[in-house]
Amino acid sequence: MNWSFFFEVLIGGMLAGVMYSLVALGFVLIYKASGVFNFAQGAMVFFAALTFVSLLERNWNFWLAFAMTLAVMVLLSIITERLVLRPLVNQSPNTLFMATIGLTFVLEGLSQLVWGSQPHGLELGVPDVPMEWLAQKTNINISHFDVFAAAVAGILVATLALVFQKTRIGRALRAVADDHQAALSIGIPLQQIWIIVWSVAGFVALVAGLMWGARNGVQYALTFVALKALPVLILGGFESVPGAIIGGLIIGTTEKLAEVYLGPMVGGGIESWFAYVIALLFLLVRPQGLFGEKIIDRV
Amino acid sequence: MLYRQSGQFKTNYAADQQIFPLRQDRIAMALLLAFAFVVVPLVGSTYWLSAILTPFLILSLAALGLNILTGYAGQLSLGTAAFMAVGAFITYNFMLRVPWLGFIPSIILAGLCAAGVGLAFGLPSLRIKGFYLAVATLACQFLVLWVLQRVDWFKNYSASGVITVQTIEIFGYAFESPASKYLLTLSVVAVMALAAKNMVRGRAGRAFMAVRDMDVAASVIGIRIMRTKLLAFAISSFYCGVAGALYAYTYLLTVEPEAFRLDLSFRILFMIIIGGVGSILGSFLGAAFITLLPILLARGSEWISNTFNIEQSHAMVSNVELMIFGGLIVFFLIVEPQGLARLWQIAKEKLRRWPFPH
Repeated sequence: MNWSFFFEVLIGGMLAGVMYSLVALGFVLIYKASGVFNFAQGAMVFFAALTFVSLLERNWNFWLAFAMTLAVMVLLSIITERLVLRPLVNQSPNTLFMATIGLTFVLEGLSQLVWGSQPHGLELGVPDVPMEWLAQKTNINISHFDVFAAAVAGILVATLALVFQKTRIGRALRAVADDHQAALSIGIPLQQIWIIVWSVAGFVALVAGLMWGARNGVQYALTFVALKALPVLILGGFESVPGAIIGGLIIGTTEKLAEVYLGPMVGGGIESWFAYVIALLFLLVRPQGLFGEKIIDRV
Repeated sequence: MLYRQSGQFKTNYAADQQIFPLRQDRIAMALLLAFAFVVVPLVGSTYWLSAILTPFLILSLAALGLNILTGYAGQLSLGTAAFMAVGAFITYNFMLRVPWLGFIPSIILAGLCAAGVGLAFGLPSLRIKGFYLAVATLACQFLVLWVLQRVDWFKNYSASGVITVQTIEIFGYAFESPASKYLLTLSVVAVMALAAKNMVRGRAGRAFMAVRDMDVAASVIGIRIMRTKLLAFAISSFYCGVAGALYAYTYLLTVEPEAFRLDLSFRILFMIIIGGVGSILGSFLGAAFITLLPILLARGSEWISNTFNIEQSHAMVSNVELMIFGGLIVFFLIVEPQGLARLWQIAKEKLRRWPFPH
């Protein structure tokens, strides 16, 4: 067995998994705070990335475009809260899930209507080439870009964890996540909290969109990264931010290893389902995912 | 005035348990069936029969299957299209390899195979619940399609991957015209809808609903959870399998994995949510809504561009249609979260008391 190749695949898989985690994080945030399985996260990633790249192509400054896109995402979350979430308060989770699928269509149509549907390239200034010193020393090829993406994801998760644990808003978010009615009764404004959470999820979507856009180009296929993030999500547990990261690492590595070592045996193309089967097997042992809250049934 | 129940007495058990207790409902249903079986094939144009009504009926059947699983037994599934694909491919192989079997036995056997696949993917539902289960059923969607794509035996080693289906022949009669295909589809759908209606009123359906409402409580009153959940998966996949076979044989006329992608699963899920979760009628109303809406939107945009002389690019129109489609779904969920079937029920209750509402 070629060990340096094995480690290259392993590390590459972990870094790819971090990219999945970036998308899964957006799902987790919204599920935690409002109990909504937000299927529109993938469309939000696409919408954010397309808005950003289109502004960039109109000769906006990088940070100005970033701020502008963020503002658009906040506006989007306000509109979503007002038009979709508020009228559907107290409906079953399935209804809310369906509403977010409707939202997905609206977002996909809107973004392509405003910015056109041709694919864009995105350059973040980090080259997607192997690191030379590492390649020379250990014969392992790791891309600069992958490491950069992993670092961004790490910073993002650390910041979110800090915000959740240490700030007043974070405490309110956790209260809402625990119990809507109890949170309301002690005076936490549910509507504002939802706007904040959806805005933060929009921010995460923007970051994820930039990373995925720089890797694969900003195009319609970007909406499908949501499907890549779902196994990560159920593996880690719907309610857990660290779960999204750990789940991403597990899915990323097993998927890459299976693709390289198992794929040729069965004719390739297994990446479309392998992650789901892994997650399914995990769930059979722990039905709530790795870090999800234990499901207790009461009659 | 016309729609009321006064004077209709039930004097025996059979009358008490019939599907339509009201005489007006029975007459309306008979008229509807007569219209669908006799008038529609006579006056319907080829476009209406083969491009709108046939897919509508087939998708209603698939929605009915999903409704048994999701609406009655409470197990959210995103793998409907995969079960349909199993039905289509197995039917093709039965027709190809056992030609003396005939079409109807082939689709029944294919439905049973789909039920077997459904059983296998229903097993996780014994431990996994809610959205976790929904995502887990995606595994079924991707895995099944991958197998159908990879294993050449299913495709009879066809190089292109797109297979033209055989002609359907029953007792020497070849179903080739759009009207005959429509009638075949309608017959299958009518029989299976009747069977479903009776099933959900009976012991199995009540067990499904008990498990949906609270599975622990259901097991306390003596319903075997494992059997009930697996039965729901099997029956639902059987319906979807038959629907898939019809989809390939009377609508698409080809068998290919591409036709059964995740989009189709989502469309069928939309149908039952818009139509009404846990309602046989809702499956049909939802399917009608989802199949007709894109056509209406396309006609509407055509009409707007013709009357106001606005030049529209094709991409713009399709994007606006997408937005309206999504917006309408959200709108309907807000207006009536229990679906069109609930609206219909409210209308009937109002009609009974009309014109004296108090």
